[in-house]
Amino acid sequence: MSTRFDRIVEDNSWCAGCGNFSILAYLKAALEELGLDPLRCAVVSGIGQAAKTPQYMKVNMFNGLHGRALPVAQGLKVSNPSLKVIAEGGDGDMYGEGGNHFMAAIRRNAGIVNIVHNNMVYGLTKGQASPTSQRGFTTPVQTEGVHVEPFNPIATAISLDASLVIRTFSGNKEHCKEMLKIALMHEGYVLIDIFQPCVTFNKINTFKWFKENVYELPDEYDPTDKVRAFEKSLENHPFPIGVIYKSAPKPTLEVILREESGMSDAPLYASGTDERSLREAMGKYC
Amino acid sequence: MKGSVSILIGGKAGQGIATIETLLTKGFKRSGYFTFSTKEYMSRVRGGSNTTLIRISNTPVNAPDYKVDIFVPLDEGAFHHARERMAPETFLVAKKGAYECDCTPYECDLEALAREAGTPMVSNTVAAALVFGLLGCARETLAEVLAELYEGDILAINLKALGIGADLAQENGNCRYCLERSAGAGAKTHLFLSGTEGAGFGAIAGGCNFISSYPMSPSTGVLTFLAKHSRRFGICVEQAEDEIAAFQMGLGAWYGGGRALTTTSGGGFALMGEGMSLAGMSETPMVVYLAQRPGPATGLPTRTEQGDLELAMHAGHGEFPRIILAPGDPKECFELSRRAFDLADRYQTPVIVLSDQYLADSAFTLERFALDAVKPAQCFVRSDAEYKRYRVTDSGISPRSLPGYGEGVVLVDSDEHTEEGLITESMRVRNEQNGKRLKKSETIVREAIPPEAAGEGDVAVVGWGSTKYIINEAIQRLKNDKVRVLHFSWVYPLSDAQLAPLRKARRIIVVENNATGQFAKLLKLHGFAVHDQILKSDGLPFFVDELSEKLDLLLKEMR
Repeated sequence: MSTRFDRIVEDNSWCAGCGNFSILAYLKAALEELGLDPLRCAVVSGIGQAAKTPQYMKVNMFNGLHGRALPVAQGLKVSNPSLKVIAEGGDGDMYGEGGNHFMAAIRRNAGIVNIVHNNMVYGLTKGQASPTSQRGFTTPVQTEGVHVEPFNPIATAISLDASLVIRTFSGNKEHCKEMLKIALMHEGYVLIDIFQPCVTFNKINTFKWFKENVYELPDEYDPTDKVRAFEKSLENHPFPIGVIYKSAPKPTLEVILREESGMSDAPLYASGTDERSLREAMGKYC
Repeated sequence: MKGSVSILIGGKAGQGIATIETLLTKGFKRSGYFTFSTKEYMSRVRGGSNTTLIRISNTPVNAPDYKVDIFVPLDEGAFHHARERMAPETFLVAKKGAYECDCTPYECDLEALAREAGTPMVSNTVAAALVFGLLGCARETLAEVLAELYEGDILAINLKALGIGADLAQENGNCRYCLERSAGAGAKTHLFLSGTEGAGFGAIAGGCNFISSYPMSPSTGVLTFLAKHSRRFGICVEQAEDEIAAFQMGLGAWYGGGRALTTTSGGGFALMGEGMSLAGMSETPMVVYLAQRPGPATGLPTRTEQGDLELAMHAGHGEFPRIILAPGDPKECFELSRRAFDLADRYQTPVIVLSDQYLADSAFTLERFALDAVKPAQCFVRSDAEYKRYRVTDSGISPRSLPGYGEGVVLVDSDEHTEEGLITESMRVRNEQNGKRLKKSETIVREAIPPEAAGEGDVAVVGWGSTKYIINEAIQRLKNDKVRVLHFSWVYPLSDAQLAPLRKARRIIVVENNATGQFAKLLKLHGFAVHDQILKSDGLPFFVDELSEKLDLLLKEMR
């Protein structure tokens, strides 16, 4: 399917068979089907293989530093709330290097879509453990197997009352695209954690493994029940996929900051300095 | 009669020193005196020993002396903390027989007097009224200030305390420290402004509409100042989870077209190193207000030092242009903070405003300055469909567009990138883009502000940043015509034109509030021989009397 978000890419650095290709395709399709305008969307990313995603799209891009996509994305959303802002990267980027930003971003509830490609391994640095690697997973560094508890992004996000928490799997085209669309239509912070195989460095959590270890939440599942959602977030083997948690509606960071300062929702570039007011305020220091 | 009078108030944190400072500075200013205040305090919420120095004069003075004329210790700790600052003629305002000193006791039991007014809580108002009276100022002026601070019963008790203090000053009739009346510092002609307030107003004038910071002394004042004024001037204020995020959020805001500031001190700025580098590579403007305190590590959290010039010069990996501005007074805090936003925007690179605790926490009486040309430069362009964020140009400056502002997409990259903004490992493109970024320095350096010069001698006394008024007054006292003071407020990058006055100097003396002479090292890099240095790094600023003595010795040696 061709979309307005396509970019002609001569040299893609992903391995053949990488789950990133699917996620890229579904993201572009979801954006296209929702009728979003590439000029009014921005993808902010960090560093890692997943973080290269916006390099292969036609969309505004801020490809920053490892772990730092979320603060940049929040600054951008506050700066111009009319943009659709996506913060995208891998599990190491978002949950490891950017862990503190991840928690803070959930609590702030800026209207951004946080897409996390979760393959349970480091790709760009060649095969070390990631925060979501399962116990016992051996790597060139964790030679005797991972000895720390895997990070549970879903449970963390629910505990911090994330506005919307989704998990999906890159190997399930319809589900993944549908979940991306739900995420993109949501107002407020969305975590969408996407299980994805790494064909080069993770021989344990393969396409087949994920397929066997996920199940779709049934239609009657109620994501607004927080305690139930938290229970779901603790399930593994198989892991539930779908909209796991949806908080009660709450205001977004960009709205709150503007209300606090009595500002309109216009982009910051349109605001000016009130000279008279400044003169008056400084006059008080006479 | 003396040209100026220095009053030192000392006490525990929480004892009301700040109230005395407010009362006296407002009162003196309204009485027409040039007023200066500065403080030194411990890193604790309660207790300890803190002092505030107030210096008034009928000619402009904006620097502290070490020796004081009147000392009011509100507790014993304060007396011991600052006893070295008394001379034999210093009035020590204290209870009879409380302290032994080589000074002039001015017996007065502040607490007992405050009890007469109704509560020992108003000791500080008694003290303020006494000092005010000792200097020959009219109590009505102080009553006016009190009425602006308090109301109802609290005002009544404070007015009573004021009466008691003022009566005492009148009864004793000692006018050793009375100053001639001054009409100089008029109510409408002069501002009484701290470095923090100057920097805050400067940011507003520079169009700042976004601030994200992690609180850290002594920079927090600017953050709270902007938060306080956020509604009036339309500023989005967010406390970041750490300094890394504070800087990155700022970059996101600039990318979207905002004008963002982050405020921090050395330790926090160390965490912003990668952000500086990203701003350099991605050519995203950013403004940092960096208020220095002594390091390394946590150091002396509430004290002062000019110890982070080299950190500011070198923070961030890789090579990229940056600008470092070091204001010398609150007016320069205003002007340079304002300018920082335009410079960052125009050159698409980080700009640091380098202040310190001394300047941040000191208030100066300054002639009211014009706010003309307040309109910030708008440096972004509307994109067309073919827009390339990093287009190679002669100046190295690529027109910057914003996402959602035009017909093209804006690609910003921390990887080495093509003109379009996409990742590349082409060595040719690397050289082109790296050269483009570094080329901006050539234009930047043309904007460098020449040092402020005073005197015509061939011995250059060089300073930078917050030491400006201290050095100037120290030299004035020496009345030495061999000297030419050169004070730098634009400290990096330095231009040949800026340094030209130094080439005429026979000898160069550099004065810095640090231990290793960081600016002197920078001058040496530019080929200058620095003959002498006067350095201080104990956590306190230079004092005029102290520096004057040191300079006198050096200059005499040169004879």
